[in-house]
Formats: sequence, C-alpha cells, structure tokens
Amino acid sequence: MGIADRRIEDGNLMQAVAKLTPEKIKAAYELVTKGEAGARLSTYYQSCMRCGMCAQACHFSISHPDDPSYTPVGKMDQTMWKLIRQKGEVTPDEVYGMAQIAYTECNMCKRCVHYCPVGIDTGFITSLVRRFCYRLGVVPTYILDTAHSHSAVMNQMWVKQDEWIDSLIWQEDEARGEFPNLRVPLEKEGAEILYSVIAPEPKFRTQLIYQAAAIMHEAGLDWTMPALPGWDNSDMCMFVGDSEMMGRLKRCHYEMAQRLKVKRIVMGECGHAFRSVYDTGNRWLGFKDWPVPVVHSVEFFWELLTTGKIKIPKKFDKPVTIHDPCNITRGYGLMDKLREVVHMLCDKVVEMSPNREHTICCCAGGGIINCGPPFKSVRVAGNKAKADQLAATGVEYLVAPCHNCHGGLEDIIGHYKLGMHTKFLGDLIYQLMEKTRAE
Amino acid sequence: MQTLYNFATGPLLWASFAIFLAGSVWRIYSMIALARKKEMSVYAYMSWGFSFRSIFRWLTPFGTLGWKANPAMTVGTFAFHLCLLLLLLFAPGHAEMWDYNFGLAIWSLPEWLADTLTVVVIACCAFFAFRRLRVPAVRYVTTTHDWAVLLLVFLPFISAFLAKMQLGNTLFMTLLHVLSAEAVLIAIPFTRLSHAIFSPFTRAYMGSEFGGVRHCPDW
Repeated sequence: MGIADRRIEDGNLMQAVAKLTPEKIKAAYELVTKGEAGARLSTYYQSCMRCGMCAQACHFSISHPDDPSYTPVGKMDQTMWKLIRQKGEVTPDEVYGMAQIAYTECNMCKRCVHYCPVGIDTGFITSLVRRFCYRLGVVPTYILDTAHSHSAVMNQMWVKQDEWIDSLIWQEDEARGEFPNLRVPLEKEGAEILYSVIAPEPKFRTQLIYQAAAIMHEAGLDWTMPALPGWDNSDMCMFVGDSEMMGRLKRCHYEMAQRLKVKRIVMGECGHAFRSVYDTGNRWLGFKDWPVPVVHSVEFFWELLTTGKIKIPKKFDKPVTIHDPCNITRGYGLMDKLREVVHMLCDKVVEMSPNREHTICCCAGGGIINCGPPFKSVRVAGNKAKADQLAATGVEYLVAPCHNCHGGLEDIIGHYKLGMHTKFLGDLIYQLMEKTRAE
Repeated sequence: MQTLYNFATGPLLWASFAIFLAGSVWRIYSMIALARKKEMSVYAYMSWGFSFRSIFRWLTPFGTLGWKANPAMTVGTFAFHLCLLLLLLFAPGHAEMWDYNFGLAIWSLPEWLADTLTVVVIACCAFFAFRRLRVPAVRYVTTTHDWAVLLLVFLPFISAFLAKMQLGNTLFMTLLHVLSAEAVLIAIPFTRLSHAIFSPFTRAYMGSEFGGVRHCPDW
C-alpha cells in the first residue's frame, strides 16, 4: 500500500524526475525545511503522535476505507515526514510519489484540523511538500502550464490583453439585448466597486460576467472592471508552490485596485482566489490586512438582498442543498451568510451532514482539478464520500458558490449518476431577481 | 543495588529534573525565536482569547469533532493523561518524596486509588499498543520511535505496579521505576513526548488562526 502502487503517468512529472540528482533533491529539501519553513513545521513534525485520529476527516480516506495510505497522517508520512526522517535523502522515484500525493491527493481543505488534538495543519504541510517539488520542477503538466500562464500574462488561462477586453464588451453587448442601458464600465477611476474575476470566467464561463453585470446594473451600483493586468484574482502559482509569483500576482491585483482608486474589490464566486488574497498571498507579502478591502460574492449578495437593492419576487421552488466551499467557510467563516442568502432565494433547503465548517471537500480545489485529465479518476474515486453525502439529500439542485467546487461536484455527479444540477448564487439571483431595468 | 538506588534517587534525579527543565526551556525558547525569525504571521495572528478557547475546548472530552469521531481514543487519551498527572503529583510514594526533599506535606491519593489509577494507565498503554498493531491507519504510520516512547512511558507504571504488588524483586522494580521515570523526563524535550511542551503552543496557534482569521471554530 502506498503511492508507489498507484503511480499515474504525467508528462512533466516523468521528465522532471529524470533530471533529478541526489544533490538537487537535498538542496531543495534544505531550502524548504531549513531556509523557508520554521517553527510550525518543526513542532508539527515532533508533536504528531501518529494517532490516526485524522483518518476519519479526509474525503480520500473515507472514500478508500481500507487503504491507510490515503489518510492525512499517511500522506504526511509518505511525504514530509519521510523527507525529514531521511534528511532529504530520497530517490527521484520517491519524489515522483511525493508530488503525486501533494498535488493530486490532498486538496489542502484543512478538514483534518477539526480532528487533530495537537492542532497540526496538514494543509500547510502539503503546501511545503509542493514547494519542495516545485523547486525541483516536479509539478504535474496541466497545473504547471496554468502557473506559467500567470508568469507570462498575469492570468491563469493565457487570455491575451485584447481578448480580455473583447470578452467584456461581448458580454456587455449580449446583456444590452436584455437591459438596454447596461454598461460594463472599464477602468472607471474612483468607482465604489471593482469587480474582479478568475480567468476561467472570460475563457469558458463567460455567462457569469453577463450575470454579474446584470446584477450590478439592476442594483444601480457604481462599479468598474479593470482592463489591464491584475484583473485575474486566481492563483495557481500558490498551488504549485511558486510563492514568488503568488506574491507578484497578489501585489498586481491590489495595485490595480489602488491605481483605479476604488473603495473595495468584490470578487466572483471563487474559493481559492479568496484563499490567495486572504490567507496565503498576503502572508508572503507580509500584509496583515488587505490594502484594499476585498468582499466575497457571498457577502456581497447578502448585502444586496438584505438592503433591498436586489428584490426576489418569487423564490426558487425546488428543494436545494448547500455545499460549503472550504476556502470561504473553514477559511473565512461565511457559513451563516451563505445560508441566509440561499434561504432568501430558495423555498426549501435540505442541509447536508456534515456541513458548515465541517464540510466535506469538493475534491477539485487545492489545484487538484487543475492537474488535468490524467488525475481525474483520482479525485472522482477519492470523493465517493461527497457523492454519498449528496445522494443522501435526495434533492436535484446544489448551490455551490465556488468555481472549483462546481467542477469537482459536476464530475462526481456525472460519475456516480446522481442526476443533480449545480448552481452558482449568481445563477439563481440572475434568474429570480426583479428586473426593473430590463426591456 | 542499594547504592545504585541511592544514586538514582539522589544525584540522578536532580540531573533528570535539570535536563528536563533546561531542555524544555531551551526547546520552547528556540521555537519562539525561530517563529520570530521566519513566521511573523504566527505572532500577528496569536490571540489569548482564541488560544484558550481552543485549548479548553480540546480539554473537554467529546467536545470536538475529533474526539466525537474517536470515542475509544477519547476515553483512552483522557484517562491516560489524567491518571498520569494525578499519580505524578499525588502518588503516596511521591508524597513521601515531596516531604523528604522539600518538606512539603501534600495530600496524597489513598493506596487503593493510586493502584487503580496505575492499572488504568497500564491498560491505556495496552490500548495504544493495540491500536498501533491492529488499526490500519495507525499501524501504517507507526515507527520505531513511536514504540520506543510508548515503552518508555509504560515502564515506570508497570514497575511501580509490580513493586507495589511485590511481584519480582521489589528493590529492582523500584529502581526500574525510578530510572525509567527519569528517562521519560529526559526524553520529553527531545522526542515525540515533546508534544507535552509543544501542544499548548500548536493548539493555541491553531485556535488563534481559526478564531481570529478564519472566523470559525477549530474543533
């Protein structure tokens, strides 16, 4: 049992591992564990009692009940604990396995924190293993490509400058068919709100920009979207372990907002981007607080609905269930606001169990879905736990305010034939709101 | 053997205390210094309120998701640590030592209760060993180090029990009790047993990060 028994071929993993030498591996180990990491890694390593209490926390180990190599402590034991035990003297083959575990078998969702009496942060350990692998270039092909895109064009999807502006104007054009006076204001200095999205929105979920524009327009808000780099709030560099680029991306995002002198940034329904601006990127930059306030969509919609800027004449009449994305619930405590928003939109809500901060992960986040097709079966098999939980609700609609969660949940819904449909809050609000300014 | 016993309960005991105290202070100090050098976010996020909220919550049996999901482990862990601490401070033999060395006449456990608590600790050690052998998730990550510290902690209790029951050579058992307990003291700052000194800090940090930054409980 262990990662060696389930190796999956990936182009870059194989190429990068072929170039490794014991010296390179040792140097990367020293850099990460002695140069960068500090007291947390050291105390976690020494205080982890190997008690196995975290085994019941992880969707991977719940989904593979007979295989202890999928438990959080099992994964740490095969990666960071092994590196420390062997003082960085591991083989290239072992590095391959470590990369496969860190990038494709741990979403860094931190559910295991709720199970560890000592208070060990397994997600943090995984991020250090990824940093080690990244320093050796041992990163799965697909996610490495998105990180390269960030480095080259400051967005995740190789969206060129003119394509970005063109996508916004295209959506404005489309929306003007429904709302004649609608604008997607670009580069408006001093606007109340700067709306930022992740690059997959212009790339393949463009309707979300249409919906956001419609909601802003109906609510009569003073808003703008940026035309220049920094518009993409996503961050795959954070997930590959490229901390330097993670810092550049976040700085670019905040500086773009400061250049436009906006009051605050509202971000789309994304989990990992929020983690990046609120939890990881800011730490790398040494920002305790954000230079420009950032508001997640869940909070923003809550504001619009409670202040009556958006009115819902008739609620969604089919029962729905709520998926709590880890980055904004375990990461930011939006459990209550999310529920309040969903209850303002839907007649009947069937809760999953466990839920709220104990939510079971979608198994797409943490960069796993971005590792691409070679690893799809890993995350689908690794999240039978969530599929069972969804099936138990017996409802047809699932609200999940996070792009990655949508991707992961749609895959398990398809694979386990659950016959459910996923919804963003924006989908529901756009569908249900009173459209006083529509034609 | 008597000479060795006198040595073990005299100079060796003081040396063990000294190594334990100095080692613990040094380990904690160096971790604090390391955190200050490398992880200022730890300082930025640390909060007394959230730290104690988390520590008290996790000191409550069945008060957290982890304890609820592992009921046998919860009973075993709490019983083990509680009995261990009670015996350490208030075992009748230890009370005599308090009196002899420091002139402190402290309350001590009745003999029958001390014996019972010793058996509980021994049973808990057996339970932990059983888990290491039979529970796949635990067996998979168990190393020699884990066995060594479990054995080390087990020795003072089994020897005390055998000495009390006058099974085997009582002087030898008592000597074994003293020596192994001293070994535990010395091992605390430098082995997996260091969770005894570090877990209040790791718990406090996790409580602070979840409470103050993540705005949700860490249990």
